[in-house]
Amino acid sequence: MLSAESLKKIDREVAKYPPDRKQSAVMAALIVAQDEKGWLSTEVMDFVAQYLGMAPVAVHEVASFYTMYNRQPTGTHKLTICTCLPCGLQGALAAADHLRKRLGIDFNETTPDGWFTLKEGECMGACAMAPVVLVDNKRMCDYMTNEKLDALVDELSRKS
Amino acid sequence: MLDYGPDAILMAGLDGRNWRLKDYEAREGYAALRRLLKEGVAPDAVIAEVKKSALRGRGGAGFPTGLKWSFMPRQYAGAKYLVCNSDEGEPGTCKDRDLLRYNPHAVIEGMIIAGYAMGATAGYNYIHGEIWAVYEQFEEALKEAYDAGYLGKDILGSGFRFELYAHAGYGAYIVGEETAMLESLEGKKGQPRFKPPFPASYGLYGKPTTVNNTETLAAVPWIMRHGADAFLALGRPNNGGTKIFSVTGHVNRPGNYEVKLGTPFAQLLEMAGGVRGGRKLKAVIPGGSSMPVLPAATMLATDMDYDSIAKAGSMLGSGAVIVMDETTCMVRALERLSYFYFEESCGQCTPCREGTGWLYRVVHRIENGQGRREDLALLDDVSDNIAGRTICALGDAAALPVKSFLKHFRDEFVHHVEHQRCLVQGAEIEPKWGRAGAHALPAVKEAA
Repeated sequence: MLSAESLKKIDREVAKYPPDRKQSAVMAALIVAQDEKGWLSTEVMDFVAQYLGMAPVAVHEVASFYTMYNRQPTGTHKLTICTCLPCGLQGALAAADHLRKRLGIDFNETTPDGWFTLKEGECMGACAMAPVVLVDNKRMCDYMTNEKLDALVDELSRKS
Repeated sequence: MLDYGPDAILMAGLDGRNWRLKDYEAREGYAALRRLLKEGVAPDAVIAEVKKSALRGRGGAGFPTGLKWSFMPRQYAGAKYLVCNSDEGEPGTCKDRDLLRYNPHAVIEGMIIAGYAMGATAGYNYIHGEIWAVYEQFEEALKEAYDAGYLGKDILGSGFRFELYAHAGYGAYIVGEETAMLESLEGKKGQPRFKPPFPASYGLYGKPTTVNNTETLAAVPWIMRHGADAFLALGRPNNGGTKIFSVTGHVNRPGNYEVKLGTPFAQLLEMAGGVRGGRKLKAVIPGGSSMPVLPAATMLATDMDYDSIAKAGSMLGSGAVIVMDETTCMVRALERLSYFYFEESCGQCTPCREGTGWLYRVVHRIENGQGRREDLALLDDVSDNIAGRTICALGDAAALPVKSFLKHFRDEFVHHVEHQRCLVQGAEIEPKWGRAGAHALPAVKEAA
C-alpha cells in the first residue's frame, strides 16, 4: 500500500514515542501517506491503522479532525491562502481575489485541468508576513503581492 | 542583520542564517546548561531562580512559569514529560516561527534546563503543521544537539538523561490548548481534557507533564546565564523580561518586535512604523484575536505588560498586537474573528459548538444588511451562555471579542442594522466577495 521509503519514514516517527505508544505516530504516518498518495482514501487510512495497531475508526477520527489532511483527491497543487483578520487587514483578501480570478475558480474548487485546488486557510502563524499562501501543505510563501502570486502560479503550472 | 529592536535579548544578534549550534554557542549558548550540570546545581534552585525572575507564560495565559514547574511531583518513579507548545495559531501571532527558525537552540537549551529542573525524562516540541520547513529545520537542530552531547542518555557526562523530539501538528487551532495538545500527542483528536486533574499530575500518557510556550522556554537560558534579577529588571515587578510582540494589521512595518515588558504601546507602534498611510488609529487587539479589543485612546495610554493591559480591560495574551485604523469596519472585522472560532471549535462542548456558529451567523447577517434590531442583545446573550460554560478557554475566546466589539463600537453595529451599510466610509477590509460559497451555512432555527 505504501512504499518502502514511506514505511521507513513512518518507522522513524514511531521511534520518537514509547514502544507501547505507537498511536502517537498516527499524525506523522498520515502526513507521510498523504505525501505519497496525494490524499487519504479509506484504504490508505485502514492500512495506517493496521500498521500502527489502531482501530480504523481512530485513524479516521484523526484524519477528519485536522484540516490539512486531504480526504478527497485534490488538484496536483493545493494552494491555501490565509484570510484571518490580521492577514485580511494586510491585503490577503485582495490577494485571494487575485488568485481566484487568475485561476478562474472559487474556494474549494479545482481547475478543470485538475491542476490547482484553491483553499481558504485559518491562521498559519505568519501573520506579519501576509498575504501568506501555503503550497501543498509544505511550502509557505509570504509577502505575496499580485506579481509574486502570478509568478508562483506560473512556476507551478510548468508540467515538467 | 534581523532587527527586533534595541532591547532584544532572545532575538539579538540574529541574521537569519546563524541558527546553527556553533553560532548559538558563539552567542554564549549552552553555557548555562554546562554550568548547571558542572556545578551540580540543585533542580529546586533552578525553579527558585525562574520563580524569582517573574517569567510568565508567553503563550496566552501569563501564568508564572516557575510556579507551574513547581507543581511537578519531585519524587515520582517513572517517566515525566515536558512539552513545548509551538502550535502557534492564534490569529496575529507569528513570534514562535521566528524563534524556531532563527534561534532554535535557545528553545532546545531552554527545554533541557526545564527538563533538568523538573526531572523530566523526555520532551516533545509540538510544531504548527503549517510551518513545515521550520519543523524540518528544528529536527536538524536537534540532531546537532544530540551530536554535541547536549541531549541523550548522559548529557555532558553528568548522568542526566533527557530525550527531545519534534512532533508536527496538521491544522487544528484547538491543539494550542495544553490538554488538547496532550491528546494530539497521544495520536487522537485534539479535544481538551476536563481539568482537574491538571497535566502536572495526569499529563501525557497519564504521566506528570508540563506544557510551556516556545518563547517562555527560550527565555530560560538567558535567565540562568544572567540571573533572575537581571531578567526581572528588564521588565516590571511581576512582569519580568522582554516580550516579542507580533504587530500586524494597519501599520507601516508589520513584524515582530522584542521589547521590555512595560514599554508604552505608543513606542511599540512607532517601532512598527506607525499607522499605515498616516491614518488615525481606531482600535487595537493587544494580545491575539481571543482577547478583548480596546479603543485607540485606551491603548495609547497603556503600557505593554501583563498587569497594565489587564488594567486597561484586555489581556496581553500571546503578544499579538492587531492594529486597526479609522477605515476599519468593526462589524466586518468581528465577522472574520467569529468565523475563525466557528471553524476551529472542536465540537466537544455544546455551548461552544452551537454558540460559535450562532455568533458567526448573526454577525454575518448584520454585516450583510440583514441584521435585526434584537440581534445585538442576542449576541450578548449567546456570548454570555458560552463564556465560562465550556471545558476549555476557546468558548471564552469566541465570546470575548464579541462582547468587547459590542461594548466599544456598538454604534457601528446599530448603524449596520438600521441602515444596512457601514458607518465607516470606504471601509478597507470590505472584500469584493463574500465568504466562499462552501461557507453558506445550513439554516438553523433560533430560539424565538
